Amino acid sequence: MHELSICNAIAITASKHAEGRPVTQVRVRIGHLRQVVPDALQFSWEVVSSATDLKDSELVIEQVPAVVECLECGARTTLDLPILACGTCGEFDVKLLSGEELLVVSIDLVDA
Amino acid sequence: MSRFHLHADGTGHVHEHDREHDHDGDRNRGRNGKTHVVGDHSGYAETGQTRVTILENLLSENDRVADENGRRLAASEVRAVNLMSSPGAGKTTLLRKTLEQMGSTVRIGVLEGDIATSLDADQLEGAGATAISVVNTSAGFGGECHLDAVMVQSGMDRLPLPELDLLIIENVGNLVCPAEFRVGEHARAMVFAVTEGEEKPLKYPVMFRAADVVVVNKVDLLPHLDFDLDLFLSNLTSVNPRARIILASARSAEGVEEWCAWLAGQTEREVTQSVD
Repeated sequence: MHELSICNAIAITASKHAEGRPVTQVRVRIGHLRQVVPDALQFSWEVVSSATDLKDSELVIEQVPAVVECLECGARTTLDLPILACGTCGEFDVKLLSGEELLVVSIDLVDA
Repeated sequence: MSRFHLHADGTGHVHEHDREHDHDGDRNRGRNGKTHVVGDHSGYAETGQTRVTILENLLSENDRVADENGRRLAASEVRAVNLMSSPGAGKTTLLRKTLEQMGSTVRIGVLEGDIATSLDADQLEGAGATAISVVNTSAGFGGECHLDAVMVQSGMDRLPLPELDLLIIENVGNLVCPAEFRVGEHARAMVFAVTEGEEKPLKYPVMFRAADVVVVNKVDLLPHLDFDLDLFLSNLTSVNPRARIILASARSAEGVEEWCAWLAGQTEREVTQSVD
């Protein structure tokens, strides 16, 4: 259940930038390789945010697929499994282009 | 009723209602269809909201403290290894063997992370550690299932860092969360027991990818198990091609020497670097 820990980290980052102003939405970007379950993250957010200034804010999750680029044949593969291999030639020598994101993208504030 | 739904662009969120609605206004356009720049008020004129772009790694606060921990360790010329595994894989037994084997030549500090109790630290009593610090994640830290940088910082406060060469941080037994949290370590080691199953690297890739070395423990049990070692190693390599693999049994002491040599190598690397 690392979603709860991740929500705590989201709340710390969002609160730091909100500086006490009311927040209506927190947008995060999470790569597939992080193995975050969106439903579990949403549930955790309700629990975590309710105890903070972020109470009633909406959590929006942008999911980023894991994509690798083969260093042998140059093909790009979107991964279904966390096996870092080229889907075209099977080579393991690949560069990870996306899938490890763990970002707070933005927060929406109510204007004063 | 809360309901999670996913959009075509990969975003998803929960609605507190069952009503369908138009999402164009969520991102690039206001309700009047006008494009607006994020951070600008124009698209939110009717709602009175401002979007603040952050684009910050959500573990940045943890990472900041982890970097501080790393600097403190470097100042005392201590190398730190974050030791992770699922519960029962044999971290503590391996650690006891490690202390017995190299505790007289390398000054080792142990930071014991556990949700509660000092049972693991008690097991290490008298094995050869220079110092042991216990961090209970349930004591003021919310019972977390992993050590984070702040907890390790507090554990380090109780260790005589200048008297150490190596700090072994025994993380909370858990195959998911510890991998996400850097604590200021120089290397990450993972203990995997052959009783856990061949498919684990594919199910817990975050952890297996994070490890610099994987100690495949309890190999003395292999004759009694259906465990397919080759399949496991192939799964491990496909998830993490860089990991050093050590076959070991903390019980029979097989592989412990190789593991200790790897640990000793960690401290020598620091010495070499400082000579340069």
